[in-house]
Amino acid sequence: MANAQRPLSPHLQVYRWQIQMVTSILHRATGIALAVGTLLVVWGILALASGEAAFAQFKTCIGSPLGLILLLGWSWSLSYHLCNGIRHLVQDVGAGYAIPQFVRSSWLSVIGSVVLTVVIWACVLIHGGAA
Amino acid sequence: MNLRVGTDDVRSRLRHPMKFARGLGSAKQGADHWWVQRITAAALIALGLWFLVTVLSLLHADYASAKAAVAKPWNALLLILFVVTAFWHAVLGLQVVIEDYVHIRWKEVALLVAIKFLAVLGALAGVLAVLRIALGV
Repeated sequence: MANAQRPLSPHLQVYRWQIQMVTSILHRATGIALAVGTLLVVWGILALASGEAAFAQFKTCIGSPLGLILLLGWSWSLSYHLCNGIRHLVQDVGAGYAIPQFVRSSWLSVIGSVVLTVVIWACVLIHGGAA
Repeated sequence: MNLRVGTDDVRSRLRHPMKFARGLGSAKQGADHWWVQRITAAALIALGLWFLVTVLSLLHADYASAKAAVAKPWNALLLILFVVTAFWHAVLGLQVVIEDYVHIRWKEVALLVAIKFLAVLGALAGVLAVLRIALGV
């Protein structure tokens, strides 16, 4: 139990930042964000089932500046969790554990997620703006 | 599956405890959590990409056409699968985060129960809403 005064092992701040750490932390953080984002998906479907007024309200909310910032965050979270999730599945079968490979795949996840996010929002812009 | 070792169970005195632990481990669930997390992850690669493409294709849809798109049998089915799988995967992931960082037992248990309730609520709400749209009730 943490209530007991026990010595703590060296925590995050004693380590030099490296990409492998970043990808691991981001995977958790984006996972938590996406769990919340799934509730937004349900809100959207419920609004669609409830009627035109509810759906219009939903569209206004996600089309607002704050809504768009959240959507940008969620789209990147989804992109990142997807890329890094595939990386973890590959590692689960035992591949890519050598340190250079590990570092390279970490960068691939980060860069891939940014590319995917840019593609998503390019689609939005080409279609002439959001919502 | 009752594999617990009773203290007065004669087998426990004659057999090594490892015999009972092997396969399921101390948490009595074996690799179930790990395995289901991977299966839902694999499913979500396909379902997530489908969801992204579908949402992007509906960017400028008005109410009627958005509803008609969700009502299509394949879309309704995949949307239900996406919502259920996403919540399932989310619970498994959040569970590990809570177990890792919440060290006060009652708070840990309360949070674990809360995310399960919320996930079932969210998944069921999503499924019912899709069914209502698809079946036109």
